[in-house]
Amino acid sequence: MRSDMIFTLAAMAALLAAGLYGYLGDEPFFLTLAAKAAIFALAGAGLNIALGYGGLVSLGHAAFFGIGGYAAGILASHARNYEPLMSWPVELAGTTSAPLIWIVAMLAAGLFSLPMGLLSLRTGGVYFIMITLAFAQMLYYFAVSWPAYGGEDGLSFYVRNELGGLSTMDPWSWFLICYAILAVALVFIAVLTRSRFGLALTMARENPLRLGNIGVAPRRVLLTAFVISAIVTGLAGALYADLNRFVSPSMLSWHMSGEIMVFVILGGVGRLGGPVAGACVFILLEQVLGGFTEYWQFLLGVALIVIVLMGSGGLAGLFERTGVRKAAAHG
Amino acid sequence: MSPLLTVEKVEAAYGVSPALFGVSLSVGEGEAVALMGRNGMGKTTMVKTICGLLPRTAGRVEVAGRDTKGLAPHRVARLGIGLVPEGRRCFAPLTVEENLITAARPGHWDFSTVSELFPRLAERRRQTARTLSGGEQQMLAIGRALMTNPRLLILDEATEGLAPAIRQEIWRSLHKLKTEGLAILVIDKSLTELSTLVDRYVIIEKGEDVWKGKPAELTAEIAARHLGVAG
Repeated sequence: MRSDMIFTLAAMAALLAAGLYGYLGDEPFFLTLAAKAAIFALAGAGLNIALGYGGLVSLGHAAFFGIGGYAAGILASHARNYEPLMSWPVELAGTTSAPLIWIVAMLAAGLFSLPMGLLSLRTGGVYFIMITLAFAQMLYYFAVSWPAYGGEDGLSFYVRNELGGLSTMDPWSWFLICYAILAVALVFIAVLTRSRFGLALTMARENPLRLGNIGVAPRRVLLTAFVISAIVTGLAGALYADLNRFVSPSMLSWHMSGEIMVFVILGGVGRLGGPVAGACVFILLEQVLGGFTEYWQFLLGVALIVIVLMGSGGLAGLFERTGVRKAAAHG
Repeated sequence: MSPLLTVEKVEAAYGVSPALFGVSLSVGEGEAVALMGRNGMGKTTMVKTICGLLPRTAGRVEVAGRDTKGLAPHRVARLGIGLVPEGRRCFAPLTVEENLITAARPGHWDFSTVSELFPRLAERRRQTARTLSGGEQQMLAIGRALMTNPRLLILDEATEGLAPAIRQEIWRSLHKLKTEGLAILVIDKSLTELSTLVDRYVIIEKGEDVWKGKPAELTAEIAARHLGVAG
């Protein structure tokens, strides 16, 4: 537990240092990468609630990421074109207010995850993976074939949404916003996993029948975790749309689900700081290896295999084991 | 008043293989009953059926006057059944305290009263369950069931495979629970210890109850015939 805390703080410090380097060195591209890492970390942190703590291997989290993205894109594009979202029974206008967009994105992702979770949790194991994948693919093809918001071409909206008086188009401010949201989300997850609900979630992963025997409904615990997980990933999707000022069906594709899962597995399943480390390393590999070869993902695959073979817990797990060894050597 | 637990002519099956062929038993308020039988005779199956882990194919199970047909395990637990499962099954990665508080429901039993019953649990409160000895895990499993403040405690082989000193500690705690008025259904093989704890025996064989009576009525001949031991 303590090693998890240290690892989380270290990963967050590294991300902040990367941002600071970009700010002081006046490298806006670097800052944008750091913001992207923070957003990916948030998406991974969301998935980690279901995957890491609840043992729910969801290959459908791109659905929530994309819903968050489209919520941001649709609201913003309506506001910029002065078109109401709907005119009956009440007139509802779009908005460019970021907090409002975040809330809508989280609500939309949460609402979609409820029936999806209800149905998916009737299955388990490989079937759970396949049914969550199927839900996300359904949404992907819907987005591709729905012309109102750009269909396959996606939807761009030129300017980031507004947050108070902050200049969201300034890369440093934008990075800090994403970083702050990630920090708040991690604190929330840390509190959640230490609560009675979090303990019950661990028990539901370990042995759902025994959890039932002590009077707690395992499926309800898992469903709640799945919805919370979707909400966090949905928020990340809204931020990602704002980062690029563009949203497209690719945010909903299974590649995206896979990538979010890679952040978690690379960094450490069920470790608070795992997704942060995973997302940072992913972006780093993408930039460094991507500079050498177009086929950098081949090398990412090799790295992933090595990390998985070295034992559970990804980078966080490695950190724990070296920590234990050092403590043993000193003690 | 109806008994706390009524089991009437219950039949149950694992898939297509029937395992229980009509077992009846009952446990009243404050009563202790032992469920006995040789290995593979259906004792654990009976417990699973009572707790809603295995659907029954015929018969009735009533907990506090309520039929448990179709109830999920957590619903049955909330009717007042605390199960100490065979093989203990504590939640290994969680600490002693975490194992206990997650199960907590309001009532007499809380962390401090459970610690009084098993002082070792309080000593090891921050240790994860996987680092406990077998006996300590058994105490934790009993403590976890008590934290739900049950009206009936079911123990499935709670003293199996434990050191004699620990077994005596478990038996002492069960005596204490009984004098406090908790109803107990216990599955065990130690006749000597059971005879001073329980009010009645129920012996099952091949999925049917074959003998019921008070401990004093269990003759050596019956024990040898149904349990394969010298009483």
